[in-house]
Amino acid sequence: MAVVQRELVERRRWLTQEQFIEDWAVAQLMPGPNVINLSMVIGERHFGWRGALSALAGMLLAPLVVVLLLAALYGSVAHHPTAQGALRGMGAVAAGLVIGTGLKLLGALRHNPMGALACAALGTVTAVAIAWLRWPMTTVLPAVGTVAVWWAWRGLPDTPSKP
Amino acid sequence: MPPISVDWLSLTGQFLSLSLLSIGGAITVAPDMHRYLVTEHGWLSDAQFNSSIALSQAAPGPNVLFVALLGFQVGLNANAGLVPAYVSWAQALAGSLLTLFAILLPSSLLNHTITRWAHRNQHRRAVRAFKQGMAPIVVALILSTGWLLASAHDQPASDWPLWLVTAASAVLAWRTRLHLLWLIGAGALLGAMGWV
Repeated sequence: MAVVQRELVERRRWLTQEQFIEDWAVAQLMPGPNVINLSMVIGERHFGWRGALSALAGMLLAPLVVVLLLAALYGSVAHHPTAQGALRGMGAVAAGLVIGTGLKLLGALRHNPMGALACAALGTVTAVAIAWLRWPMTTVLPAVGTVAVWWAWRGLPDTPSKP
Repeated sequence: MPPISVDWLSLTGQFLSLSLLSIGGAITVAPDMHRYLVTEHGWLSDAQFNSSIALSQAAPGPNVLFVALLGFQVGLNANAGLVPAYVSWAQALAGSLLTLFAILLPSSLLNHTITRWAHRNQHRRAVRAFKQGMAPIVVALILSTGWLLASAHDQPASDWPLWLVTAASAVLAWRTRLHLLWLIGAGALLGAMGWV
């Protein structure tokens, strides 16, 4: 996920931070892996169903080969402390990368029309419920999400009438 | 140990239905996969299940690949000792493709339909309210995921170097444009040397 954000937003500039958060929100709420959902949406938007399929293949094929090779290798060295240590080290870095991406996206919330206070409150409640209390996402998301969407809805003008 | 015989049809059906429940990513249904594969059927050992998840977290690419690793391992285990090695590897490859396909197909179709609708109606008040309201929650969820991954190491006395590595890579990913693979590689090296 950290890699996708950096590539799409920072390097290629296909999306702004705000668009990334919006698309990520949808990808997050749908069942299925977020990164896959997100890349298929972006592929689809630009190139139709062919784009969606290419995005899917691009996201999966090479990593699938790598991870299967790793698994085959790891099977023969699983009991070795060096291999276990390397796996621990990479896991710790992976956690850091996810946190770093979250910190980066915090900046994009500045332009959210709900205002900083409402954003901070909603974000804190979500983080406490998920990371600290370990409540299941299937209860937290609908509950906090309903409040958030209602709050944003109040602040928005009505649908512009179509010509 | 008696040979393990795997019911591939039932396995595929199970993963197809888990796909539609996997809100927030395939990792959210991992506990149910554990119940099905390890506890109920014994097609995988506990250690094999855990190392599949750890490997996919560490490897490049989407985390959903842990599902492919589970299929891979089930394929290796199926009829182990009864069939020649090349059949085992073929089963493993087929198993990984089967589980990955099953976990992706239903959710992708649903996601595809709904996002198309939302994109066509992006100026509606409800769609805009949804996107703006969800933004802070999404950022909080990303930070929470990072926290949950980091807090798998829960022995502060011996695990503090790992926390240091996590904090350092968070700051580096946030503040610099250093290539992420360098960070992962450094983590692997530190771990392999036994320093963290």
